[in-house]
Amino acid sequence: MKDYTDRILELIRKTSTDLPKDVEERLKAAVEKEAPGSAARGALETILKNVALSRKNATPICQDTGTPIFYVKYQEGISTLKLRQQIRSALAEATKRSYMRPNAVNVMTEKNSGNNLGGEDFPYMHFEEVESDELTIELILKGGGCENVGAQYSLPDMRLGAGRDLVGVRKVVLDAVQKAQGQGCAPGILGVSIGGDRGSGYIASKEVFFGKMGKSNPDEKLAELEHQLTDEANSLGIGPMGFGGNTTVLDTKITGLHRLPASYFVTVSYMCWAYRRGRMTIKGDEVRYE
Amino acid sequence: MISIQTPISDDDIRKLKVGDPVELSGLMMTGRDGVHKWMMDTFIIKTRQPQGDDLEVYEAIKPLLKDGIIYHCGPVVAGLDTREYRFVAAGPTTSIREEPYQAEIMKHFKIKGVIGKGGMGTKTLQGCRDVPGVYFHAIGGAASYIAQSVTRVVGVYKLDFGVPEAMWVIEVKDLPVVVTMDSHGQSLHQVVEAKSNQVFQELLKK
Repeated sequence: MKDYTDRILELIRKTSTDLPKDVEERLKAAVEKEAPGSAARGALETILKNVALSRKNATPICQDTGTPIFYVKYQEGISTLKLRQQIRSALAEATKRSYMRPNAVNVMTEKNSGNNLGGEDFPYMHFEEVESDELTIELILKGGGCENVGAQYSLPDMRLGAGRDLVGVRKVVLDAVQKAQGQGCAPGILGVSIGGDRGSGYIASKEVFFGKMGKSNPDEKLAELEHQLTDEANSLGIGPMGFGGNTTVLDTKITGLHRLPASYFVTVSYMCWAYRRGRMTIKGDEVRYE
Repeated sequence: MISIQTPISDDDIRKLKVGDPVELSGLMMTGRDGVHKWMMDTFIIKTRQPQGDDLEVYEAIKPLLKDGIIYHCGPVVAGLDTREYRFVAAGPTTSIREEPYQAEIMKHFKIKGVIGKGGMGTKTLQGCRDVPGVYFHAIGGAASYIAQSVTRVVGVYKLDFGVPEAMWVIEVKDLPVVVTMDSHGQSLHQVVEAKSNQVFQELLKK
Protein backbone atom coordinates (compact mmCIF):
# COMPACT_ATOMS: atom_id res chain seq x y z
CA MET A 1 0.00 0.00 0.00
CA LYS A 2 1.18 3.51 -0.85
CA ASP A 3 2.19 6.08 1.72
CA TYR A 4 -0.43 8.85 1.67
CA THR A 5 1.03 10.87 4.57
CA ASP A 6 2.04 13.88 2.45
CA ARG A 7 -1.33 13.91 0.69
CA ILE A 8 -3.11 13.87 4.03
CA LEU A 9 -0.85 16.65 5.33
CA GLU A 10 -1.97 18.75 2.35
CA LEU A 11 -5.62 17.95 3.15
CA ILE A 12 -5.10 19.18 6.73
CA ARG A 13 -3.31 22.34 5.54
CA LYS A 14 -6.07 23.17 3.09
CA THR A 15 -8.84 22.46 5.56
CA SER A 16 -7.34 24.61 8.32
CA THR A 17 -6.34 27.56 6.13
CA ASP A 18 -8.69 27.68 3.13
CA LEU A 19 -12.40 28.17 3.89
CA PRO A 20 -14.69 26.39 1.37
CA LYS A 21 -16.00 28.79 -1.26
CA ASP A 22 -19.67 27.97 -0.58
CA VAL A 23 -19.24 29.12 3.04
CA GLU A 24 -17.42 32.27 1.96
CA GLU A 25 -20.21 33.08 -0.51
CA ARG A 26 -22.81 32.86 2.27
CA LEU A 27 -20.73 35.16 4.46
CA LYS A 28 -20.39 37.66 1.61
CA ALA A 29 -24.15 37.64 1.10
CA ALA A 30 -24.64 38.18 4.84
CA VAL A 31 -22.56 41.40 4.80
CA GLU A 32 -25.12 43.07 2.55
CA LYS A 33 -27.91 42.32 5.02
CA GLU A 34 -26.31 44.33 7.85
CA ALA A 35 -26.54 48.11 8.22
CA PRO A 36 -23.47 50.11 7.11
CA GLY A 37 -21.34 51.07 10.09
CA SER A 38 -22.97 48.49 12.41
CA ALA A 39 -20.86 46.24 14.65
CA ALA A 40 -22.45 43.24 12.90
CA ARG A 41 -21.33 44.41 9.46
CA GLY A 42 -17.88 45.25 10.81
CA ALA A 43 -17.58 41.74 12.24
CA LEU A 44 -18.47 40.11 8.91
CA GLU A 45 -16.07 42.36 7.01
CA THR A 46 -13.26 41.42 9.39
CA ILE A 47 -14.18 37.74 8.99
CA LEU A 48 -13.93 38.00 5.20
CA LYS A 49 -10.58 39.82 5.39
CA ASN A 50 -9.37 37.04 7.67
CA VAL A 51 -10.56 34.34 5.26
CA ALA A 52 -8.64 35.93 2.38
CA LEU A 53 -5.52 36.45 4.48
CA SER A 54 -5.51 32.87 5.80
CA ARG A 55 -5.82 31.49 2.29
CA LYS A 56 -3.02 33.72 0.99
CA ASN A 57 -0.56 33.02 3.82
CA ALA A 58 -1.60 29.41 4.56
CA THR A 59 -2.20 30.29 8.21
CA PRO A 60 -5.06 28.85 10.30
CA ILE A 61 -8.40 30.61 9.79
CA CYS A 62 -9.05 30.20 13.52
CA GLN A 63 -6.46 29.58 16.22
CA ASP A 64 -8.75 26.90 17.61
CA THR A 65 -8.06 24.29 14.96
CA GLY A 66 -10.61 22.16 16.74
CA THR A 67 -11.24 18.44 16.94
CA PRO A 68 -10.00 16.85 13.73
CA ILE A 69 -12.78 14.53 12.53
CA PHE A 70 -11.65 12.18 9.74
CA TYR A 71 -14.08 10.06 7.70
CA VAL A 72 -12.42 7.57 5.40
CA LYS A 73 -14.09 5.58 2.64
CA TYR A 74 -11.71 2.93 1.38
CA GLN A 75 -11.72 0.10 -1.13
CA GLU A 76 -10.83 -3.53 -0.62
CA GLY A 77 -7.09 -4.06 -0.19
CA ILE A 78 -6.41 -0.88 1.78
CA SER A 79 -5.05 -1.36 5.29
CA THR A 80 -6.94 0.80 7.77
CA LEU A 81 -4.20 0.14 10.29
CA LYS A 82 -1.65 1.80 7.98
CA LEU A 83 -4.04 4.61 7.04
CA ARG A 84 -4.60 5.30 10.72
CA GLN A 85 -0.84 5.62 11.25
CA GLN A 86 -0.49 7.86 8.19
CA ILE A 87 -3.28 10.17 9.38
CA ARG A 88 -1.63 10.42 12.79
CA SER A 89 1.81 11.17 11.27
CA ALA A 90 0.32 13.81 8.96
CA LEU A 91 -1.49 15.46 11.86
CA ALA A 92 1.65 15.61 14.01
CA GLU A 93 3.55 17.13 11.10
CA ALA A 94 0.74 19.66 10.44
CA THR A 95 1.00 20.69 14.11
CA LYS A 96 4.77 21.11 13.83
CA ARG A 97 4.23 23.36 10.80
CA SER A 98 1.69 25.53 12.67
CA TYR A 99 -1.25 24.55 10.44
CA MET A 100 -2.76 23.10 13.59
CA ARG A 101 -2.66 24.09 17.27
CA PRO A 102 -1.74 21.34 19.72
CA ASN A 103 -5.22 20.55 21.01
CA ALA A 104 -5.17 17.16 22.75
CA VAL A 105 -5.21 17.51 26.55
CA ASN A 106 -5.07 14.45 28.82
CA VAL A 107 -7.93 14.91 31.30
CA MET A 108 -6.19 13.09 34.12
CA THR A 109 -2.74 14.73 33.95
CA GLU A 110 -3.93 17.98 32.26
CA LYS A 111 -0.91 17.69 29.95
CA ASN A 112 -1.19 18.81 26.36
CA SER A 113 0.44 16.13 24.18
CA GLY A 114 1.92 18.90 22.00
CA ASN A 115 1.32 17.10 18.70
CA ASN A 116 -2.47 16.65 18.52
CA LEU A 117 -2.22 12.91 19.20
CA GLY A 118 -3.98 11.56 22.25
CA GLY A 119 -4.37 7.81 22.54
CA GLU A 120 -6.91 6.04 20.37
CA ASP A 121 -9.58 8.73 20.74
CA PHE A 122 -7.79 11.80 19.31
CA PRO A 123 -8.06 12.56 16.41
CA TYR A 124 -11.51 11.11 15.74
CA MET A 125 -11.46 8.64 12.84
CA HIS A 126 -14.18 6.67 11.12
CA PHE A 127 -13.53 4.02 8.47
CA GLU A 128 -15.97 2.51 6.04
CA GLU A 129 -15.23 0.00 3.28
CA VAL A 130 -17.01 0.80 0.03
CA GLU A 131 -17.19 -0.73 -3.43
CA SER A 132 -15.15 1.81 -5.35
CA ASP A 133 -11.79 2.31 -7.01
CA GLU A 134 -11.31 5.57 -5.09
CA LEU A 135 -10.05 6.34 -1.62
CA THR A 136 -11.87 9.30 -0.06
CA ILE A 137 -10.74 11.10 3.10
CA GLU A 138 -12.96 13.83 4.47
CA LEU A 139 -11.98 16.14 7.31
CA ILE A 140 -13.87 18.54 9.51
CA LEU A 141 -12.17 20.77 12.07
CA LYS A 142 -14.68 21.63 14.76
CA GLY A 143 -13.72 24.32 17.25
CA GLY A 144 -14.39 24.06 20.98
CA GLY A 145 -16.42 27.26 21.34
CA CYS A 146 -19.13 26.03 19.01
CA GLU A 147 -18.89 22.47 20.31
CA ASN A 148 -19.67 23.77 23.80
CA VAL A 149 -23.04 25.22 22.71
CA GLY A 150 -24.30 21.97 21.16
CA ALA A 151 -27.34 20.52 22.94
CA GLN A 152 -29.46 17.41 23.15
CA TYR A 153 -33.14 17.33 24.04
CA SER A 154 -35.34 14.42 25.10
CA LEU A 155 -38.88 15.00 23.88
CA PRO A 156 -41.45 15.73 25.14
CA ASP A 157 -39.91 18.82 26.73
CA MET A 158 -42.49 20.32 29.09
CA ARG A 159 -40.60 23.58 29.66
CA LEU A 160 -40.65 24.42 25.96
CA GLY A 161 -43.98 22.76 25.22
CA ALA A 162 -42.21 20.58 22.66
CA GLY A 163 -43.93 17.33 21.73
CA ARG A 164 -42.76 14.38 19.67
CA ASP A 165 -43.25 15.87 16.23
CA LEU A 166 -41.57 18.32 13.86
CA VAL A 167 -43.21 21.27 15.67
CA GLY A 168 -41.48 20.07 18.83
CA VAL A 169 -38.21 19.64 16.95
CA ARG A 170 -38.49 23.24 15.73
CA LYS A 171 -38.99 24.56 19.27
CA VAL A 172 -35.98 22.85 20.81
CA VAL A 173 -33.66 23.78 17.94
CA LEU A 174 -34.64 27.44 18.36
CA ASP A 175 -34.01 27.08 22.11
CA ALA A 176 -30.47 25.89 21.35
CA VAL A 177 -29.89 28.95 19.12
CA GLN A 178 -31.30 31.32 21.74
CA LYS A 179 -29.10 29.79 24.46
CA ALA A 180 -25.99 29.88 22.25
CA GLN A 181 -26.31 33.63 21.56
CA GLY A 182 -22.93 34.67 20.09
CA GLN A 183 -20.90 32.11 22.06
CA GLY A 184 -20.55 29.64 19.18
CA CYS A 185 -19.12 32.28 16.81
CA ALA A 186 -22.30 33.21 14.95
CA PRO A 187 -23.31 33.18 12.19
CA GLY A 188 -23.35 29.42 12.59
CA ILE A 189 -24.58 26.36 10.74
CA LEU A 190 -27.01 24.04 12.55
CA GLY A 191 -26.58 20.28 12.30
CA VAL A 192 -29.70 18.58 13.62
CA SER A 193 -30.36 14.90 14.18
CA ILE A 194 -33.80 13.58 15.08
CA GLY A 195 -33.98 10.15 16.76
CA GLY A 196 -31.19 7.68 17.48
CA ASP A 197 -29.77 7.29 20.97
CA ARG A 198 -27.68 9.87 22.83
CA GLY A 199 -24.46 8.69 21.19
CA SER A 200 -25.61 8.12 17.60
CA GLY A 201 -27.61 11.37 17.72
CA TYR A 202 -24.54 13.50 18.35
CA ILE A 203 -22.53 11.68 15.70
CA ALA A 204 -25.26 12.07 13.06
CA SER A 205 -25.70 15.77 13.94
CA LYS A 206 -22.03 16.28 12.95
CA GLU A 207 -21.99 14.02 9.90
CA VAL A 208 -24.39 16.42 8.15
CA PHE A 209 -21.54 18.97 8.11
CA PHE A 210 -19.76 16.92 5.43
CA GLY A 211 -22.42 18.09 2.95
CA LYS A 212 -22.16 21.37 1.08
CA MET A 213 -24.06 24.50 2.07
CA GLY A 214 -27.60 24.88 0.82
CA LYS A 215 -27.86 21.31 -0.45
CA SER A 216 -31.57 20.62 -0.31
CA ASN A 217 -32.81 17.82 1.93
CA PRO A 218 -34.30 14.95 -0.13
CA ASP A 219 -37.17 14.75 2.37
CA GLU A 220 -39.62 17.52 1.50
CA LYS A 221 -40.86 18.06 5.06
CA LEU A 222 -37.32 18.24 6.43
CA ALA A 223 -36.27 20.59 3.61
CA GLU A 224 -39.14 22.88 4.58
CA LEU A 225 -38.22 22.71 8.27
CA GLU A 226 -34.58 23.52 7.46
CA HIS A 227 -35.61 26.73 5.68
CA GLN A 228 -38.06 27.66 8.39
CA LEU A 229 -35.46 27.14 11.14
CA THR A 230 -32.84 29.25 9.35
CA ASP A 231 -35.38 32.07 8.86
CA GLU A 232 -36.74 31.92 12.40
CA ALA A 233 -33.27 31.69 13.95
CA ASN A 234 -32.34 34.82 12.01
CA SER A 235 -35.48 36.59 13.22
CA LEU A 236 -34.09 36.29 16.79
CA GLY A 237 -31.73 39.14 15.89
CA ILE A 238 -28.69 37.73 17.70
CA GLY A 239 -26.49 38.49 14.69
CA PRO A 240 -22.82 37.99 13.88
CA MET A 241 -20.77 37.49 17.08
CA GLY A 242 -23.97 38.12 19.06
CA PHE A 243 -23.65 41.86 18.33
CA GLY A 244 -27.30 42.04 17.23
CA GLY A 245 -28.09 41.77 13.51
CA ASN A 246 -29.88 39.94 10.75
CA THR A 247 -27.75 36.84 10.21
CA THR A 248 -27.44 34.42 13.12
CA VAL A 249 -27.55 31.17 11.15
CA LEU A 250 -26.22 30.59 7.61
CA ASP A 251 -27.83 27.21 7.05
CA THR A 252 -29.64 24.32 8.75
CA LYS A 253 -29.11 20.64 7.95
CA ILE A 254 -31.40 17.97 9.39
CA THR A 255 -31.15 14.20 9.35
CA GLY A 256 -33.39 11.48 10.76
CA LEU A 257 -32.39 8.26 12.53
CA HIS A 258 -34.45 5.33 13.73
CA ARG A 259 -35.34 5.64 17.39
CA LEU A 260 -36.48 3.37 20.18
CA PRO A 261 -40.22 3.57 20.88
CA ALA A 262 -39.37 5.05 24.29
CA SER A 263 -36.90 7.69 23.07
CA TYR A 264 -37.21 10.81 20.95
CA PHE A 265 -33.94 12.72 20.94
CA VAL A 266 -33.26 15.92 19.08
CA THR A 267 -29.55 16.71 18.91
CA VAL A 268 -28.15 20.03 17.76
CA SER A 269 -24.53 20.53 16.78
CA TYR A 270 -23.54 24.11 16.19
CA MET A 271 -20.82 24.83 13.63
CA CYS A 272 -19.12 28.21 13.84
CA TRP A 273 -18.79 30.42 10.75
CA ALA A 274 -15.26 28.99 10.36
CA TYR A 275 -16.85 25.88 8.86
CA ARG A 276 -13.66 24.04 7.93
CA ARG A 277 -14.49 21.12 5.72
CA GLY A 278 -12.11 19.33 3.34
CA ARG A 279 -12.19 16.32 1.08
CA MET A 280 -9.52 14.41 -0.77
CA THR A 281 -10.11 11.73 -3.38
CA ILE A 282 -7.35 9.44 -4.57
CA LYS A 283 -7.70 7.33 -7.68
CA GLY A 284 -4.51 5.62 -8.79
CA ASP A 285 -1.88 8.38 -8.84
CA GLU A 286 -4.41 11.15 -9.21
CA VAL A 287 -5.35 13.24 -6.14
CA ARG A 288 -8.22 15.67 -6.06
CA TYR A 289 -8.89 18.17 -3.28
CA GLU A 290 -12.21 19.96 -2.84
CA MET B 1 -12.04 54.78 16.05
CA ILE B 2 -10.56 55.26 19.54
CA SER B 3 -6.91 54.38 20.17
CA ILE B 4 -5.98 53.03 23.58
CA GLN B 5 -2.49 52.29 24.83
CA THR B 6 -1.63 50.11 27.83
CA PRO B 7 -1.26 50.91 30.73
CA ILE B 8 -4.77 52.42 30.78
CA SER B 9 -5.93 55.19 33.13
CA ASP B 10 -9.25 55.17 35.01
CA ASP B 11 -10.29 58.25 33.03
CA ASP B 12 -9.76 56.53 29.69
CA ILE B 13 -11.75 53.52 30.87
CA ARG B 14 -14.69 55.65 32.07
CA LYS B 15 -14.85 57.41 28.72
CA LEU B 16 -15.43 54.11 26.92
CA LYS B 17 -19.07 53.19 26.18
CA VAL B 18 -20.73 50.08 24.80
CA GLY B 19 -20.49 50.10 21.00
CA ASP B 20 -17.21 52.02 20.80
CA PRO B 21 -14.77 50.60 18.24
CA VAL B 22 -11.26 50.63 19.71
CA GLU B 23 -7.73 49.87 18.53
CA LEU B 24 -5.49 48.58 21.30
CA SER B 25 -1.72 48.97 21.44
CA GLY B 26 1.02 48.15 23.92
CA LEU B 27 1.88 45.21 26.14
CA MET B 28 -0.72 42.67 27.21
CA MET B 29 -0.89 39.07 28.37
CA THR B 30 -2.90 36.06 27.22
CA GLY B 31 -4.64 33.92 29.82
CA ARG B 32 -7.54 31.50 29.62
CA ASP B 33 -9.06 28.60 31.55
CA GLY B 34 -5.94 27.11 33.15
CA VAL B 35 -4.48 30.50 34.05
CA HIS B 36 -7.69 31.82 35.63
CA LYS B 37 -8.07 28.74 37.80
CA TRP B 38 -4.38 28.84 38.76
CA MET B 39 -4.60 32.54 39.73
CA MET B 40 -7.80 32.05 41.70
CA ASP B 41 -6.76 28.88 43.59
CA THR B 42 -3.15 29.92 44.31
CA PHE B 43 -3.32 33.66 45.00
CA ILE B 44 -6.91 34.68 45.70
CA ILE B 45 -8.83 31.97 47.56
CA LYS B 46 -5.56 30.16 48.34
CA THR B 47 -6.91 26.62 48.33
CA ARG B 48 -3.70 25.53 46.64
CA GLN B 49 -0.14 26.07 47.91
CA PRO B 50 2.23 27.88 45.53
CA GLN B 51 4.50 25.33 43.81
CA GLY B 52 7.56 25.41 41.56
CA ASP B 53 7.98 28.85 40.01
CA ASP B 54 4.46 30.04 40.98
CA LEU B 55 5.59 32.91 43.23
CA GLU B 56 8.23 34.06 40.79
CA VAL B 57 5.70 34.12 37.93
CA TYR B 58 3.19 35.92 40.17
CA GLU B 59 5.68 38.72 40.88
CA ALA B 60 6.57 38.98 37.19
CA ILE B 61 2.99 39.26 35.92
CA LYS B 62 1.74 41.71 38.58
CA PRO B 63 3.27 44.84 36.99
CA LEU B 64 2.13 43.67 33.54
CA LEU B 65 -1.46 43.25 34.59
CA LYS B 66 -1.76 46.42 36.71
CA ASP B 67 -3.76 48.88 34.57
CA GLY B 68 -3.28 46.33 31.80
CA ILE B 69 -5.17 43.84 29.70
CA ILE B 70 -5.73 40.10 29.82
CA TYR B 71 -6.56 38.48 26.49
CA HIS B 72 -8.62 35.27 26.41
CA CYS B 73 -6.63 33.63 23.66
CA GLY B 74 -4.94 30.31 22.98
CA PRO B 75 -2.72 31.13 20.03
CA VAL B 76 -1.03 29.07 17.34
CA VAL B 77 2.66 29.86 17.89
CA ALA B 78 5.57 29.22 15.52
CA GLY B 79 9.21 28.97 16.59
CA LEU B 80 8.63 26.71 19.58
CA ASP B 81 11.87 24.78 19.03
CA THR B 82 14.08 27.85 18.62
CA ARG B 83 12.19 29.98 21.16
CA GLU B 84 11.94 32.69 18.53
CA TYR B 85 8.22 32.82 19.06
CA ARG B 86 5.82 34.25 16.51
CA PHE B 87 2.00 34.35 16.68
CA VAL B 88 0.54 32.72 13.57
CA ALA B 89 -3.13 32.71 14.57
CA ALA B 90 -4.49 34.50 17.62
CA GLY B 91 -8.23 35.13 17.78
CA PRO B 92 -10.23 35.28 21.03
CA THR B 93 -11.65 32.26 22.85
CA THR B 94 -15.13 32.15 24.48
CA SER B 95 -14.97 34.27 27.63
CA ILE B 96 -17.97 33.04 29.59
CA ARG B 97 -15.96 30.10 30.96
CA GLU B 98 -13.96 32.61 33.03
CA GLU B 99 -17.11 34.12 34.57
CA PRO B 100 -16.56 32.37 37.95
CA TYR B 101 -13.10 33.97 38.26
CA GLN B 102 -12.90 37.14 36.20
CA ALA B 103 -14.21 39.83 38.56
CA GLU B 104 -12.01 38.65 41.46
CA ILE B 105 -8.97 38.47 39.21
CA MET B 106 -9.61 41.94 37.76
CA LYS B 107 -9.80 43.36 41.28
CA HIS B 108 -6.77 41.45 42.57
CA PHE B 109 -4.43 42.52 39.76
CA LYS B 110 -6.17 45.86 38.90
CA ILE B 111 -6.80 44.66 35.35
CA LYS B 112 -8.51 47.36 33.27
CA GLY B 113 -9.41 45.44 30.17
CA VAL B 114 -10.49 41.93 29.25
CA ILE B 115 -10.42 40.88 25.59
CA GLY B 116 -12.44 37.87 24.51
CA LYS B 117 -15.52 36.84 22.61
CA GLY B 118 -19.14 36.08 23.41
CA GLY B 119 -19.31 38.46 26.36
CA MET B 120 -19.52 37.77 30.09
CA GLY B 121 -22.12 37.80 32.85
CA THR B 122 -23.31 39.94 35.72
CA LYS B 123 -20.38 39.20 38.06
CA THR B 124 -17.86 40.48 35.52
CA LEU B 125 -20.09 43.44 34.69
CA GLN B 126 -20.01 44.40 38.37
CA GLY B 127 -16.22 43.88 38.31
CA CYS B 128 -16.02 46.36 35.44
CA ARG B 129 -17.85 48.91 37.60
CA ASP B 130 -15.67 48.33 40.64
CA VAL B 131 -12.18 48.36 39.11
CA PRO B 132 -13.11 50.25 36.71
CA GLY B 133 -12.66 48.10 33.62
CA VAL B 134 -14.21 47.18 30.29
CA TYR B 135 -14.78 44.10 28.19
CA PHE B 136 -13.38 44.36 24.68
CA HIS B 137 -14.95 42.01 22.11
CA ALA B 138 -12.59 40.80 19.39
CA ILE B 139 -13.88 39.02 16.29
CA GLY B 140 -14.08 35.30 16.98
CA GLY B 141 -12.26 33.18 14.42
CA ALA B 142 -10.46 36.12 12.80
CA ALA B 143 -7.19 34.56 13.89
CA SER B 144 -4.80 35.28 11.02
CA TYR B 145 -6.06 38.86 10.83
CA ILE B 146 -5.63 39.53 14.56
CA ALA B 147 -2.20 37.83 14.60
CA GLN B 148 -1.01 40.61 12.28
CA SER B 149 -1.60 43.09 15.13
CA VAL B 150 0.82 41.16 17.33
CA THR B 151 4.13 42.83 16.58
CA ARG B 152 6.28 40.96 19.10
CA VAL B 153 6.16 38.04 21.50
CA VAL B 154 8.00 39.36 24.53
CA GLY B 155 8.01 36.12 26.52
CA VAL B 156 5.97 33.29 27.96
CA TYR B 157 5.16 32.00 31.43
CA LYS B 158 3.91 28.53 32.36
CA LEU B 159 4.50 26.98 28.96
CA ASP B 160 4.06 23.65 30.76
CA PHE B 161 0.30 24.49 30.82
CA GLY B 162 0.47 23.82 27.04
CA VAL B 163 0.74 26.31 24.16
CA PRO B 164 -2.95 27.37 24.22
CA GLU B 165 -3.06 27.71 28.02
CA ALA B 166 0.26 29.45 28.69
CA MET B 167 0.62 33.16 29.57
CA TRP B 168 2.08 34.82 26.49
CA VAL B 169 3.32 38.37 26.95
CA ILE B 170 2.83 40.19 23.67
CA GLU B 171 3.16 43.64 22.19
CA VAL B 172 0.31 44.62 19.91
CA LYS B 173 -0.36 47.48 17.53
CA ASP B 174 -3.92 48.54 16.71
CA LEU B 175 -5.64 45.31 17.70
CA PRO B 176 -9.27 45.88 16.63
CA VAL B 177 -12.03 45.36 19.23
CA VAL B 178 -15.48 46.66 20.18
CA VAL B 179 -16.50 47.61 23.73
CA THR B 180 -19.46 45.39 24.61
CA MET B 181 -19.42 45.82 28.41
CA ASP B 182 -18.44 49.13 29.98
CA SER B 183 -17.63 50.50 33.43
CA HIS B 184 -21.09 52.12 33.72
CA GLY B 185 -23.00 48.84 33.99
CA GLN B 186 -23.98 48.59 30.33
CA SER B 187 -23.74 45.29 28.45
CA LEU B 188 -24.57 44.78 24.79
CA HIS B 189 -24.89 41.05 25.52
CA GLN B 190 -27.68 41.59 28.05
CA VAL B 191 -29.55 43.82 25.60
CA VAL B 192 -29.28 41.37 22.66
CA GLU B 193 -30.24 38.39 24.80
CA ALA B 194 -33.32 40.13 26.24
CA LYS B 195 -34.49 41.19 22.77
CA SER B 196 -33.94 37.79 21.18
CA ASN B 197 -35.71 36.14 24.11
CA GLN B 198 -38.83 38.21 23.42
CA VAL B 199 -38.89 37.01 19.81
CA PHE B 200 -38.17 33.44 20.93
CA GLN B 201 -41.10 33.43 23.38
CA GLU B 202 -43.42 34.55 20.57
CA LEU B 203 -42.08 31.83 18.26
CA LEU B 204 -42.76 29.20 20.94
CA LYS B 205 -46.45 30.10 20.89
CA LYS B 206 -46.71 29.35 17.16
